[in-house]
Amino acid sequence: MTTSEVEHAEVIAGHFGPYGGRFVPEALTSALDQLDAAFQVAIADPDFGIQLAGLERDYTGRPSPLTRAWRFGKYCNDAHIYFKREDLNHTGSHKINNALGQVLLAQRMGKTRVIAETGAGQHGVATATAAALLGLECAVYMGEEDTRRQALNVARMKLLGAEVIAVTNGSRTLKDAINEAMRDWVASVDSTHYVLGTVTGPSPFPDMVRHFHSVIGRESREQILAIEGRLPDAVAACVGGGSNAMGLFSGFIDDPNVQLRGYEAGGDGVETGRHAARFSAGSPGVLHGARTYVMQDKWGQTIPSHSISAGLDYPGVGPEHAWLHDTGRAIYEPVNDAEAMEAFALCSRTEGIIPAIETAHGLAGVIRLGKELGPDSVIVLNLSGRGDKDVATAARWFGIELEHSESGISIELAEGR
Amino acid sequence: MNPTKTGTIRRAFSDAKSEGRALLIGYLPAGFPTLDQSIELVQAMCDGGVDLIEVGLPYSDPLMDGPVIQQAVDQALTNGATPESVLRVVKAVADRGIVPVVMSYWNPIEQFGVENFARELQQAGGVGVITPDLTIEEGQPWIAAAEAHEIDPIFLVAPSSTNERISKICHDTRGFVYAASTMGVTGARDQVSNMAPELVDRVRQCTDLPIAVGLGVSNGVQAAEIAQYADGVIVGSAFVKAATAGGVAAVLELARELAQGVRQGG
Repeated sequence: MTTSEVEHAEVIAGHFGPYGGRFVPEALTSALDQLDAAFQVAIADPDFGIQLAGLERDYTGRPSPLTRAWRFGKYCNDAHIYFKREDLNHTGSHKINNALGQVLLAQRMGKTRVIAETGAGQHGVATATAAALLGLECAVYMGEEDTRRQALNVARMKLLGAEVIAVTNGSRTLKDAINEAMRDWVASVDSTHYVLGTVTGPSPFPDMVRHFHSVIGRESREQILAIEGRLPDAVAACVGGGSNAMGLFSGFIDDPNVQLRGYEAGGDGVETGRHAARFSAGSPGVLHGARTYVMQDKWGQTIPSHSISAGLDYPGVGPEHAWLHDTGRAIYEPVNDAEAMEAFALCSRTEGIIPAIETAHGLAGVIRLGKELGPDSVIVLNLSGRGDKDVATAARWFGIELEHSESGISIELAEGR
Repeated sequence: MNPTKTGTIRRAFSDAKSEGRALLIGYLPAGFPTLDQSIELVQAMCDGGVDLIEVGLPYSDPLMDGPVIQQAVDQALTNGATPESVLRVVKAVADRGIVPVVMSYWNPIEQFGVENFARELQQAGGVGVITPDLTIEEGQPWIAAAEAHEIDPIFLVAPSSTNERISKICHDTRGFVYAASTMGVTGARDQVSNMAPELVDRVRQCTDLPIAVGLGVSNGVQAAEIAQYADGVIVGSAFVKAATAGGVAAVLELARELAQGVRQGG
């Protein structure tokens, strides 16, 4: 067995070393057991695989291309930079991979309704899309602060027939949206599946969500071998909950010479306390059903996170990342708002790709990585999402005046007028 | 009080049973709305006839709680509630001769230190801890620490729990079994779920531990109804609501009404 297979052997019953597990109200335990059983049966069932692969090909548009970023690469010390183009998926990000997988599973389980939490809105849009396609009712919980930051995605979800519930508790962001979705699920579990959007939460979610995103890593591995004739020196991704990163990492985890690099949100700077840098400034604890790295005070109260990117603005992280961090298999670094936005602009101008602000954190990381690994090193970045949803935020950041005031557009769309 | 606390909770249940009634259990978050006021409020609960008090440890992400308790713990946290506040309230309850237990989500206990928490709670006079998001699978280190400090670890069962799970949960639970009457979060409801009697029945077949029913109980009539089939009646959100609306006087009045209720049904 390889080293990582030995490590994987320790990954038993929903745990990743000391991380993961299930910290949930008893009312949810049976539902999680049933979900785990249905998931295991589904992934062993060729029909399910064929159905999902068919949707990925004909609906999502997979495989997504692997694009050499020639001009952006010049700013990365001439490293060979490749973008895994999850931004070209239907709905504009990697999130559709998991949403289709889970909603298909929910349908198999006889559920008639799905719920989801969303931060940037991409997972909410992906779930609303999958629910529309497969004919399930859909409700999406979103922090009120995020409904304002991501008004365009709120409108998209409504157009897709989903109910969007603005959460006004706590910090009014992703963390609070997850609390509300869990509360809904406890009361509705007979009819409803909770489509958790990232590799966090109680077992089996981290395993299941990674599984549905592992297509990113599989494709990337094949594609880079075909283009470069060798494995990359590093694969990189931004890490909020960490689903796009886990999807990419999973294709290379057994290749010890491929470095795994994750970039979390440094916000205003880790030293300011206004950030979402769980590995730099958090510690092991329990949040939303799993043990992982958490931003918390000495009493175990969650500290609200901060980031210009709604999708990375979360005080916890997937438990498998916590384990990859502790074992040293993956390395995580914070990227501040300003550095991310600089990379956002650079990518837009050099490659003609406006990335999601989440993804821009990974782009900033790749610029550093190119300097570290040297010219001609081969680096694959998961270009996890496109930046259409972020145009208003970016315009404000760069001082570009919009013809209509941003709030004017937002309100009209958000209220579906 | 008996210097050996193990068994305090069970004795409270058997004393109530010998009086032909159910045990009345009340919940209030420590530090709500302030530490001093929360002590006055639990004292009113004690004076009004509550037999066992669940002192809540306020937590930032209470995912099993409805809006009433969410707002109360937010207020408590804003006003500086810490585990220290919880221990102070526990001590105040013990000093009144009433049985104190703590209700806490898991992370604050893990960060305090499992062993330290059990020891300090024992020193404050606490005799049990209810952990609404700790499964028995993850709870084994806690169960060992609790046992070492004569603290009863109290776990929940739900209508969705299989008989096999109920049996495992009862095996690891001490003091009493907390039966969540409904699939949902905390909060007063007009009617107590009709799933509760069936759940209590299933738990009875697994254990001789006392069984208390919570979630949704808000008045004397409901308390009387539950007292007909359960050993204890748990009231949470209704006390928080009363405290918000009418302070100590309203809490005392509610406690009296419920205390009468558990005596009518038993």
